[in-house]
Formats: sequence, C-alpha cells, structure tokens
Amino acid sequence: MAQSAELLSLSPPGWGGNLLRGLSHSLQIAFGAYALGLVIGLFGAYGKLYGGKVTRDLLAIYTTVIRAVPELVLILILYYVGSDIINKISAAMGGGRVEVSGVGAGIWVLGIVQGAYATEVLRGAIQAVPPGQIEAAKSFGMPAFMTMRRVTIPAMMSFAVPGLANLWLIATKDTALLAVVGFNELTLETRQAASSTRAYFTFFLAAGFLYLMVTLFSGGIFARIEKWARRGQPSLKGGSR
Amino acid sequence: MHNCEIRGLLQAEIRRILDMDTAKAVSPTPETTTPDEAIKVEDLHKSFGTLEVLKGVSLTANKGDVVAIIGGSGSGKSTMLRCINFLETPNSGKITIGGELVEMHADGSPSNRRQIERIRTRLAMVFQQFNLWTHRTLLENVIEVPVHVLKVPKTEAIARAHELLERVGLGDKADTYPAYLSGGQQQRAAIARALAVDPSVMLFDEPTSALDPELVGEVLTVIRDLAAEGRTMLLVTHEMKFAREVANHVVYLFEGRIEEQGPPAEVFGNPKSERLKQFLSSVA
Ligand SMILES: Nc1ncnc2c1ncn2[C@@H]1O[C@H](COP(=O)(O)OP(=O)(O)OP(=O)(O)O)[C@@H](O)[C@H]1O
Ligand SMILES: [Mg+2]
Repeated sequence: MAQSAELLSLSPPGWGGNLLRGLSHSLQIAFGAYALGLVIGLFGAYGKLYGGKVTRDLLAIYTTVIRAVPELVLILILYYVGSDIINKISAAMGGGRVEVSGVGAGIWVLGIVQGAYATEVLRGAIQAVPPGQIEAAKSFGMPAFMTMRRVTIPAMMSFAVPGLANLWLIATKDTALLAVVGFNELTLETRQAASSTRAYFTFFLAAGFLYLMVTLFSGGIFARIEKWARRGQPSLKGGSR
Repeated sequence: MHNCEIRGLLQAEIRRILDMDTAKAVSPTPETTTPDEAIKVEDLHKSFGTLEVLKGVSLTANKGDVVAIIGGSGSGKSTMLRCINFLETPNSGKITIGGELVEMHADGSPSNRRQIERIRTRLAMVFQQFNLWTHRTLLENVIEVPVHVLKVPKTEAIARAHELLERVGLGDKADTYPAYLSGGQQQRAAIARALAVDPSVMLFDEPTSALDPELVGEVLTVIRDLAAEGRTMLLVTHEMKFAREVANHVVYLFEGRIEEQGPPAEVFGNPKSERLKQFLSSVA
C-alpha cells in the first residue's frame, strides 16, 4: 500500500505527475475533438436536412463510412494519411518535414469521427422540433439564420443532450486509442509507468480511477445541461417546474 | 428597479404618441391605389402536386375589416391564409399587402426575401395549435420578435409585453412556460405575441378549434375585443355564431373557390347558393 502511494506520488520518482499530464492531454483532445465534432455535426445535420442532392450524398458517405470503420483503423488512417498530406504540401512549398503536433492531430482525427455521430444525433433532434414552432418564427418574418439560432437550436437541445452526453464520454475514452500513434495521453503514460515499475495493477487501477472520475464529473455537468435544456417541459414524474 | 420599469413604460407611451403624430403628419398617403386596402388577393391558385386546392381566389380586406372565412374541411381555408404570408408558395396570382405588391417569380415563390420578411412582420398569424416557443416563458415569447426582428429596445418591449399579457388576462403568468398553461391560456398568449409586433393585419387560422369547449369563450372574448378596436383581421373559423357577430364580411369557400361572399346578415340570413345553404344547415 505504502509502496503504491510512493509510486503514485506526484513528484519523481513517483509517476503520479506523468499520469496527470496524460490525463490533461487526454482532456484537451477530448474537448477539442468534441467541439469540432459539434460544429461538423451542426453543419452536417443541416446539410442532410436542407442541403441539395450532392451535399446530402456526400454527407451520407461521410457518416456511413466513419461509422462503419472501426475507430482504431480510422485513427491510423487519418493520422498517417493526414501527416503524409501535410508533409507533401510542406515539401511542395519548399519547406522541410513538419512535426505534426500530437494534440492538434488528435483533435482533428477524433473530431472527424465525432462529427459523423454528432451529425446523426443533431439531425434527429432537429427533426423532433415541432414544425409549428419554426413556422411561427417564419410567419413573423424571422430570417432563416436567426430562426436556427433563436428557435431551432434551443428547441432541439432537450432532444440532443442525452445523445451528446454519450458522445462526450466516447470522446474521452477514444483518446486512449491515440496511444497507437504514440501520443502520450493517459493510457500511454500509464503503460509506460507500469512497464518501467512492473506495478501494472497499481497504475492501471489508478488510470481506471481517473477515467471514472472524468465520467462521474461529466455526468453531473450533463445532468445540469439537460435540466436547463428541458426548461419549460413538465417532467414525467410530475411535480413543480 | 421600480423607477426603471416606470421609465420604460413612459418611454413606450411617448414613442407610441410620437408614432401617432408622425402617422398623422403624413396621413394623406402617397399611394395612388385605394389607401384603405390592407390585403388584396387576386386570382390565387395553389396546387399540392396534382391536387388543385385553390382555383382562383380573389379577396380584398380594407383597413378595419374583419373578414370571416368559412367552409367545409379541405375547402382550402388554411391554404389561402398561409399563401397570404407565403408559408405556402402560391402557384400564381397577385398578393398586395398594405398597397405593396409582393414580388413573385413566375412559379409563385417570393422573389425578394427581404421584402417578404418585412411584410411578414406586419402580418401576425395565430395558429390553431398556438405554436408558442416552448423553451421560452410567455414574456420571452412575446418580446422575441419585437426585440430580435424589429430591434425594439428590450426594456420597452418588456413593458409593452406586460401590458399585452395583462390585456389578455395573463398578467400573472409572464414567467410561466407555455406547457404549464391550459389551451385557452396558450392561445391568448399567442394572441399577445401577435399583438406585440403591432401588426397591420392579423391572420387567425381556426384559433379555437384545438380548445376544449369551455375554453373557447375566453379566446373569443379577446378576439371580439380586437375586432371592436378596429383591428384588421382575416379569421378562419368554424364558430358560425361568432363569425356572424364580429365579422363585417363573410367569405364562403367551397372546393377552392369563393362560392359566396357578403355581409354576415346576407350570407347567414339569406344564403343564395345551395351549397352554402347545405353547409350552414350541416354546421348549425
Ligand atoms: N402540405 C400539404 N401537402 C399536400 N396536401 C395538402 C397540404 N396542405 C393541405 N393539403 C390539402 O389541401 C386541401 C385543403 O387543405 P386546407 O388545410 O387548406 O383545408 P381547410 O379548409 O383549412 O380545412 P380544415 O377546415 O380541415 O382545416 C386538403 O385536401 C388537404 O389535404
Ligand atoms: Mg384548416
């Protein structure tokens, strides 16, 4: 026990600092990827619902392919293809090899994956908004973009939040997959600590604990967001507002 | 806090008075056409696929008119009302709102988005299903369009919204969400929302059809009030007694055509068309 505490201590020779650094990297990527995924998802959902035939076909290919291929494979493809393209462009412009930043690459790769799922979550949520509410906005001369901002998006939130909460948790856990491209997020840091000290059990338990804390904390935050998004809707349990 | 509210009220009042003055100052309107025309619809056609719903409808409503539109289910009443503010795209015809001809493409779609948005702000619609924004309180519903579309200062819009909610008997419900209200209360709130844009014409599409019978009266009272103060209204309704009482012009629509129209006493008291006679006896 005392030995474990020593191993996990924040300052060297303990490995706790490394784990926390890994966690911070993981969270940075998760945040960035999630935000990027939401932006892609919003455009994707509107494109799928209101876009022309070409837009809709392209988006259908995007969401189908991304959701069909295992994430690990996608990460390998997007990471290596992405850095290859960047290097080719750099070479063409007379530059040297570019070192692709781990966080940046992670955000792009996971963000593109998240975007496909977010597109579907948001598309469903937008379709669940009673059309009369959008029609009312239109009938008062509200321009289309303002209607989206003031009516559609707030009204769809209550339908979208549960799905978006799931996506966030998936984002935090998918960061672990970036270990395969050598990015030092929480899982890779844990593996390094464990193999250097042979204390596999201690370190993986600690990492598991950290992931669990993230999940619990996120759960609390999303419960609040959901409560806010559902404002104005009587709860099924009855009672007051 | 209180001071603020009072100031807001005063400002709103002053603005209204000033507005009246400017309206008076320019009162000999430069329009060459009859200045009293609020809405003029000419030869309106509308089909859904192969189903022709409106087969050439023409209708004029002058300022202060209350036009009741009656007719059987599927006769095209809603479609006509919705074509007027282009919630449906007509196939052909001419629509003139307050002397301004709506620019249309050959296929009937509005060709000037800004014009149609501007005109819509003067045509407030009240729907059968209320269509309040459920994630906003009544107050927020009422100030939404004035603040965000018409760019009225927020304090002024809030003061006016309180007045309007008071007027429809919902003064104490300003901070309540629509889902916690009865249908009648929601519809009265929807009327307050429509009044908040100070519309030149109000369009009602069966405002009481979704209500329980005991709630119909409270909504009709509000509409009756509006008619009495000289609001221009187009009112689709199945309440024949009410139509007879508040309207000064009644239009009977049958299968996409105006079968008969005239003053209520004529249309209800002395119908000429066989179909109208049948219709009136079936709803009586
Ligand atoms: N969006 C639409 N697509 C296809 N058909 C439609 C559409 N809207 C209305 N219709 C059809 O057009 C016809 C006229 O409908 P409309 O809603 O104008 O009738 P109404 O006179 O308002 O009837 P009600 O009293 O039942 O409201 C009906 O046959 C209806 O089925
Ligand atoms: Mg109808």
